[in-house]
Amino acid sequence: MKAYLTRRYWFSASHRLHCEDMTAEENQAVYGKCNNRWGHGHNYALEVTVAGAVDAKTGMVCNLADLDEFVNQNILERLDHQNLNTLREFQGIVPTTENLCVAVYNILDRGFTPAQIEKIRVEETMFNSFEYAGGREVRP
Amino acid sequence: MVYLTRKAEFSAAHYYHNPEFTAEENRRIFGKCNNPHGHGHNYTLEVTVKGEVDQRSGFVLDLKQLKELKNREVIDVLDHRFLNQEIAEFKTLIPTTENLAISIWQRLESKLSVARLHRVRLYETPDLFVDYFGEA
Repeated sequence: MKAYLTRRYWFSASHRLHCEDMTAEENQAVYGKCNNRWGHGHNYALEVTVAGAVDAKTGMVCNLADLDEFVNQNILERLDHQNLNTLREFQGIVPTTENLCVAVYNILDRGFTPAQIEKIRVEETMFNSFEYAGGREVRP
Repeated sequence: MVYLTRKAEFSAAHYYHNPEFTAEENRRIFGKCNNPHGHGHNYTLEVTVKGEVDQRSGFVLDLKQLKELKNREVIDVLDHRFLNQEIAEFKTLIPTTENLAISIWQRLESKLSVARLHRVRLYETPDLFVDYFGEA
């Protein structure tokens, strides 16, 4: 019996949207105020959805403590109160929230073994959110 | 494939009435929503588009353009309107949240070029919402 479990986390980070392949004018036209050379920041809400069979003994898809420990060590401690542009994931890649979703998904997908990573959802502001499911269709 | 959701709010009035029903049927089926003077809601709209991330910009599409499109095609048209009286399709169609979500989908889908519309989610109140994914 497959079930889905979503856990919500928070982190705060700064970024600057700037593409080295574009001229200053193109960067300004594409990214607007997000191209401010000094960067700006957000309180990001991160939702991690895992999927798997409900264990007959524990009644769990996976132990939340294991998920929390992995996310804390591999995502939050690396991203919280950091400038995303300085991280290795964003060398040569613009730290849009689209790319942030993909980067977080890949870290979890490669490293977290107790359950399958179904989807990553990131809220950049209360009006914007982004979802990535490893290229699969996002379930309603 | 990345999915991007943008949220917005608008306020509008409506009432539910089907001229093919008797007055009693209208009252029984639609309850207090049948009041012909209308009533209103603060609607919350979530528009989700999907597409590949552009290699250079890192965007699925420019959020500013999505916001402008949504404002022009939906919010500016519906906000602070009496849907039954002022919006063409609702002169004949009952402006339920279901029909309103479908109408919003139709207003947006053909205007999107870079990314594809995936879902329209419309909250009538914080406890009630409708999802429409088109007729795939």
